[in-house]
Amino acid sequence: MQWESVIGLEIHVQLATRSKIFSGATTAFGAAPNTQACGLDIALPGTLPVLNEAAVRMAVTFGVAIGADISARCVFDRKNYFYPDLPKGYQISQFERPIVGTGRIDLRLDDGATRTIRITRAHLEEDAGKSLHEDFAGMTGIDLNRAGMPLLEIVSEPDLHNAKEAAAYFRQMHTLVRYLGICDGNLNEGSMRCDANVSVRPIGTTTLGERTEIKNLNSFRFLERAIDYEIARQIEVLETGGRIRRETRLYDSDRDETRTMRTKELSDDYRYFPEPDLLPVVIDQEFIATVRSSLPELPHQKRTRYIGALGLSDYAATWLTDDPSVARFFEAVLAACGEAKLAANWVMGDWSAALNRSELHPDASTISAAQLGALIERVRAGTINGKIAKTLFESLWNAADPNRTVDDLIREQGLAQVADTGELAELIRRVIADNPEQAAQFRAGKEKVFGFFVGQIMKATQGRADPLHVNTLLREAFAAT
Amino acid sequence: MNPVATLTDLAAGLTAGDFSSVELIRYYLDRIERLDAHYNSFITVTGELALAQAAAADARLHAGNATPLTGLPIAHKDIFCTRGVRTTCGSRMLDNFIAPYDATAVASLATAGVVMLGKTNMDEFAMGSSCETSFYGPVHNPWDTSRVPGGSSGGSAAAVAAGLTPAATGTDTGGSIRQPAALTGICGLKPTYGAVSRYGMVAFASSLDQGGPMARSVADIALLFDAMAGFDAKDSTSAVRDAADLAAAQGAATSGQRLTIGLPKEYFGVLADTAFARVYDEARRTLEALGHRFVEVSLPHTPFAVPTYYVIASAEASTNLARYDGVRYGYRCAAPTGLTDLYERSRSEGFGREVKRRILTGTYALSVGYFDAYYLKAQRVRRLIRDDFTKAFETVDALLAPTAPGTAFPIGQISDPVEMYQQDVFTVPASLAGIPALAVPCGFHQGLPVGMQLMGAHFNEPRLLALGGAFQRATDWHLRTPNLPG
Repeated sequence: MQWESVIGLEIHVQLATRSKIFSGATTAFGAAPNTQACGLDIALPGTLPVLNEAAVRMAVTFGVAIGADISARCVFDRKNYFYPDLPKGYQISQFERPIVGTGRIDLRLDDGATRTIRITRAHLEEDAGKSLHEDFAGMTGIDLNRAGMPLLEIVSEPDLHNAKEAAAYFRQMHTLVRYLGICDGNLNEGSMRCDANVSVRPIGTTTLGERTEIKNLNSFRFLERAIDYEIARQIEVLETGGRIRRETRLYDSDRDETRTMRTKELSDDYRYFPEPDLLPVVIDQEFIATVRSSLPELPHQKRTRYIGALGLSDYAATWLTDDPSVARFFEAVLAACGEAKLAANWVMGDWSAALNRSELHPDASTISAAQLGALIERVRAGTINGKIAKTLFESLWNAADPNRTVDDLIREQGLAQVADTGELAELIRRVIADNPEQAAQFRAGKEKVFGFFVGQIMKATQGRADPLHVNTLLREAFAAT
Repeated sequence: MNPVATLTDLAAGLTAGDFSSVELIRYYLDRIERLDAHYNSFITVTGELALAQAAAADARLHAGNATPLTGLPIAHKDIFCTRGVRTTCGSRMLDNFIAPYDATAVASLATAGVVMLGKTNMDEFAMGSSCETSFYGPVHNPWDTSRVPGGSSGGSAAAVAAGLTPAATGTDTGGSIRQPAALTGICGLKPTYGAVSRYGMVAFASSLDQGGPMARSVADIALLFDAMAGFDAKDSTSAVRDAADLAAAQGAATSGQRLTIGLPKEYFGVLADTAFARVYDEARRTLEALGHRFVEVSLPHTPFAVPTYYVIASAEASTNLARYDGVRYGYRCAAPTGLTDLYERSRSEGFGREVKRRILTGTYALSVGYFDAYYLKAQRVRRLIRDDFTKAFETVDALLAPTAPGTAFPIGQISDPVEMYQQDVFTVPASLAGIPALAVPCGFHQGLPVGMQLMGAHFNEPRLLALGGAFQRATDWHLRTPNLPG
């Protein structure tokens, strides 16, 4: 039997607010356990939640960006369950009236085509704390720093057909939220996590098969591998006469398999009801219009512009727009040098290699966009050649000093090209005279020897000559003698 | 000094220099120490802190930057968090809990210079109408110590009635300020929902809980309410009232105004004891003599108020109390064998019977399959009850009703929980509607105090206070005192 898989994702985006969604505690990452949890976060009696306006604005920003309906009046609900890292015994979430309604994104597929993925909804909620099962010998440690972090949960329709598409969708969402400035996108800090609902059915049927949910996937690769594994597992179960149970599974990246976490034969009863400590949130059209008008250029718009207005290749445009920090750097370099293709080549080449080598985030680049732009400009103007430019790039990268200019380096190291035609012509005459044997070979038609002469001249100028210029003058010299 | 002096009297004494705040506080602390064994109205007495606050108040009085409340004593219901002083909520669960913050209401009063004497006894987590469910034992009514003072703010009510404090704070979710005020012959105001911040008040039922003052006279209630009320950014359900709103409310309270007062027939119709009912006839005649006019009104959904209230309040309580899990603070069972054991035993041992009953009721009402039939239906009926009041206030300025169905009953007499819930029959409608209601003593029945309840439209406290004040200038029920020992 031929099978097809049906996949929907729930992506939890941690919003980049300064304080938590309902308390004034900071959201900074990496503090010592339980040092960033205030009275509300540890659920002391008498404390009350107060909604963070920035979180609302970010959710609306997302909604506007995916063309979704923004709820004019959204409501928070309590989702009740007991767990040690859930201090109040309930999570404040949105159940029946989420802030963002139906929307869509156009997913770019491998073949360059796009397909619309429907977004069911996106709602605001608070994160729980962390249970630490290691290091406490038979006990569990609780860190409530994460309790109350603002989350936007984005739920897609089951419009994804395979693991690759799911990963592409997750990646595209990752790009979008960073463009919107609503999430830092740090997957390894848990800023974006994803649950995948996976089911399979015989091709040609329309009813959905029983699904399983794979929880807490925090990388594109793991998402793809977990779904691939799960699809294969489900097909095997069904083909051997088994039945898929509705359950929650966890992906074990070490063993590359998914395992049952808990079965959901009886659905959980979270006893949702409207949170009486918070009033409904009323969002008027004026607010939505303000958010819409301050929306940044979105990734797909930027890509189209890079191809159309800047004349970059599809590949380069996609590469440069994937990460808004990279796009921002590229645009600053472009502004400084005015050469889109050269700027793109440098950013995708030496700059990106240097970042990788130093394991730095684009925003932490040790060379500034102005420095790189100036460097490119000097190459374009012929002041230095490409080879020297690479050396200078390394100098600037290692110096990590934004006040250092390319021109300072060129002057200090005497690296300006020998551009004086008379000086070069004299040098060429001398090199030809000093190497009569090779000169004879060239004249006899041995074209390869030409490279020898170019090399000799570059050596004599310590690389400061423009190789193209040298070529021209050399040919003129041979022709003249 | 007179143990049953009003705040207004005491303020005059302080201003005149008849006594200092320190002397005043010593006087009440001494009474509490000597006499509270009869009433069990305090859980914690904060003598040292009170004397320090009194000394600071005296300095303010001397410096001339005092408020009308500076240097006067108050007792806080032990549901209000008080920084550095334990807040038990009448429960074993919070027997060892010390909040690192003050409730907003406590802080507002402290800012005005009010001195805290201590924390008063109450039904566990404010769940009860008799003060018999407290982990710290029952409170005794000063009018007859074999009887209950009402609840849940019964400790505050008994302390005021017994002259252990001239004023106290209470909280009212379904009548917890008004019913004990009535049963002990004092005054109590349940403000409009949103008027007094709930921040720092241990939550019972979030959509119903309101803090408010309890005192001997309506004039004192007005003074305290003024200090306690106001917008608080820390409580999202706190009401923003601008100057125009306040001026309008004050204007509606102009003294001498002749009001039309409604008598809801569904309330008086169920009073079984005619002698008890006659007390209200007399109160009505007093107000008529002051120029007010009475008309009968109907609040047709009143019979559904008690079940509606118990569904909603229990549903909210079941999740508000989920945080008491033995993990971070509060009671934790000895030597738990695992997580489930920790939860089960901490909660089984830490909560009393009534609290557990309501958690179970509320959990049931919110469960899949029952949610629509209970919680959702209760919310719809709540809306109808609110609409009843809105409609009534189109034709009347205020409503007069009994506060409780009878006088204080003997401790231990009511053991059936549903019968106990009937104590709230006249108080829960205003709670469900979120409107203000003022309990005022209006007579006696078989030697025990009887209270009436004045209800008004949202934020109409000034009118209720003006009306109650006028009533008290014409009567002396609020000045009657029980036989107090020593």
